[in-house]
Amino acid sequence: MTAGADAPTPVARPGPHEGTGRAPALLLRGIDKAFDGKPALTDAGFRLEWGEVHALVGENGAGKSTIMNIAAAVYAADAGEVVVDGRDVPLKNPADAIAAGIGMVHQHFRLVGRFSVAENVALSLGGAGRKCSVAEAARLVREKAAEIGFRLDPAARIETLSVAEQQRAEILKVLLLGAGILVLDEPTAVLTEDEAQALLSLVKGLAGQGHAVVLITHKLREVAGYCDRITVMRQGRTVLAEAPIASVTMEEVARHAVGETSPAPVRSAAESAGAEVLALKGLSIARAGGGLAVDGLSLSLRAGEILGIAGVGGNGQSELVACLNGLLSVAGGHLDINGVDMTRASIAARRAAGLRVIPADRFDSAMARGLTLAENLAMTEVPTGAYGGAFRLRRGAMRKAAEQAIADREIRGGGPATQAALLSGGNAQKLLLARELAGGARVIVAHSPSRGLDMRAARAVHVALVEAVAQGAACLLVSEELEEVIALSHRITVMNRGALSAPLNAAEATPARLGELMVGHA
Amino acid sequence: MSEFLLAWLTVLPSYAAPLLLAGLGLVLSERAGVLNLAPEGMMAVGAMTGALTVLGGHDPWTGVLAGVAAGTALSLGFGLAVVVFRAEQTLAGLATVALGLGITGVIGRAHVQKPFEGLARLSETGWGADLPRLIGQQTLLIPVALVLLVAVWWVLFRTAAGLRLRAVGEDPAAADVAGANVQAIQLAAVLGSGALCGLAGAYLSVASAHVWVEGMVAGRGWVVVALVIFARWRPAGVLWGALLFGGTEALTLRLQAVGVDFPVYLGAMLPYALTLVVLTIASLRRGASSGEPSALGFIYLRQDKH
Repeated sequence: MTAGADAPTPVARPGPHEGTGRAPALLLRGIDKAFDGKPALTDAGFRLEWGEVHALVGENGAGKSTIMNIAAAVYAADAGEVVVDGRDVPLKNPADAIAAGIGMVHQHFRLVGRFSVAENVALSLGGAGRKCSVAEAARLVREKAAEIGFRLDPAARIETLSVAEQQRAEILKVLLLGAGILVLDEPTAVLTEDEAQALLSLVKGLAGQGHAVVLITHKLREVAGYCDRITVMRQGRTVLAEAPIASVTMEEVARHAVGETSPAPVRSAAESAGAEVLALKGLSIARAGGGLAVDGLSLSLRAGEILGIAGVGGNGQSELVACLNGLLSVAGGHLDINGVDMTRASIAARRAAGLRVIPADRFDSAMARGLTLAENLAMTEVPTGAYGGAFRLRRGAMRKAAEQAIADREIRGGGPATQAALLSGGNAQKLLLARELAGGARVIVAHSPSRGLDMRAARAVHVALVEAVAQGAACLLVSEELEEVIALSHRITVMNRGALSAPLNAAEATPARLGELMVGHA
Repeated sequence: MSEFLLAWLTVLPSYAAPLLLAGLGLVLSERAGVLNLAPEGMMAVGAMTGALTVLGGHDPWTGVLAGVAAGTALSLGFGLAVVVFRAEQTLAGLATVALGLGITGVIGRAHVQKPFEGLARLSETGWGADLPRLIGQQTLLIPVALVLLVAVWWVLFRTAAGLRLRAVGEDPAAADVAGANVQAIQLAAVLGSGALCGLAGAYLSVASAHVWVEGMVAGRGWVVVALVIFARWRPAGVLWGALLFGGTEALTLRLQAVGVDFPVYLGAMLPYALTLVVLTIASLRRGASSGEPSALGFIYLRQDKH
């Protein structure tokens, strides 16, 4: 280490792969953790040595972020032990983890946007009990950045930096706090390929200096070349522990991650594509912070088919869905529904043409928490006059329709007069589907429709979408869950940085092929 | 003409100082993310308490300190409501104004219109007799206000505590993760704003009017709320805003004093018309350059640990 004399002293550590006699950097054993009674981790374990880069791989919801959040004391474990560098330290809140030398770089950076890099570092050092002026912090940032080999202007305001630079600032901050153990949660998800390579080289270099690094990722392919060992988790358990990267193949890892006993997924019926119902022609959408979120995107959707849009979140999917819904205006190009130009049509006009949107956050833009199930169900039909005129609503009819829908869709946890907020995620989604897929749905845009749902609820959602399409609707399925996209879609395309790849037929779309398109070789 | 100008510049500080002091208080509180709409009430209790203390036979400086204490006490109630009990900040601020005006109405009723010996002007003190009129007519609170201006700037932008305070107002979650005690900082900032508003109120009665009259704050508290937006939450901006608003008020009064035919209601309206103009301009540039603390008015709850 060549840090200045009064720089914070990091945890003493040996060089890479020496010290077989040394205690592991981090050891988690027999960890149990449940959220609201649902187990997220069951007897999970993880072991990290000094000087290694260790990939922690698994699907969404496998528990890999949860177990690392326990190490970083963001969550408290229900059972099990956490041993840091051979010492059994009590980790009660994030400050304890920082004091123990564990630094976690979350997917959402914990930086004050209006502050400079140096101010953020001074803030964190001050909070950790080390008084530090902004000028001193700037010097520390400059020295540390030079030491690990990148450039970062300490005076630059965070909000003016690119995501990659913000990530560097966060890593620097964590290192200056004295972290010997670095946990990066999906660090490459927000980076371009070149940026990702640079980050991974940096991480490799840090391990070379004796740090211990965990890379949480579901894109093993991308990090494989930079890792020493790999641990795979599935459904809250550690299923492959500390395998040297050279000793496993990608296929083995995938098998461990997905499992061999996954239930048969819902399959779509054979395609019976009819007339074109939705056409996007060179559609562009502005990003909130400037630039384009969606850039010249074209696609054609036919009645009777499900077109899947796979891809890592944040590549323009949310903007695309909001734009189709009529919530975001178009920066360029056209949007046709049933052959009619609807580029600037109102939301009501789009609904009248048969467009239905299942947004990713159902309570944010589809339902009202405080209203009853009957009111939520009737909400979209009230303007059409289906439940009476302007001065008198037919509440009896609303209740009857709700009772019918609750029975048909097997919605559990409440009756027509129950508040929507009291429903579980799966039942709330069924309620939304009951409303959106009833009568007149011609074009269904479903964004991550099974996000956060257990397997049974997810299956019910899939069945509902497949049935609607079998009856002649068309569905645009936007999802980060590759399995879901592959199982349901007739054609699949990948969204990457605001553009779509050429659609693949279901038969050609293997996870490997789609994975390649996602990381952007296209 | 130069006589008129000199007269105007002589009275200007005493119109600007209350706005400056209360404005600095609001900058403290709002930089920490607490929207403070209560200066009208806090200034009122400061003004009344200051006047009643002097009427009770105490030294004017004791009256000033009593005003500061009264403003702080009222802000403690506001701070507990919004920081500890997480009351909605707009409503709590309006309620605090009503409370402050109500208290001063009830307690101060028996003491209205009783003149008293207030703070001495510099020229009336032994060592200030031969100061030029522009300076000699001011009280010692004017230099105190300027020192407080520099102090608030220094604390906010040059100390670790200020860095933390601004972090809380910008991104309480990030500040929390960085080890800052969000609630303690916000409460301290609110108390500081109460003290400064109380001082501004005491200035009105003890240093300026030398009398207590119900409603003597006369909307200055609301002008301050707008002034801080105009100032983009910067101490230096508060100084310019206070000179602009205070100068306008002083000018209309001077014009009437020298007999210019100027509609009195138009003159009385001017500071508020200016407020509207300033707010309109401020809303046009809202966004990147407005300087508004990102988490202003936002109630931070650490995400419950599962």
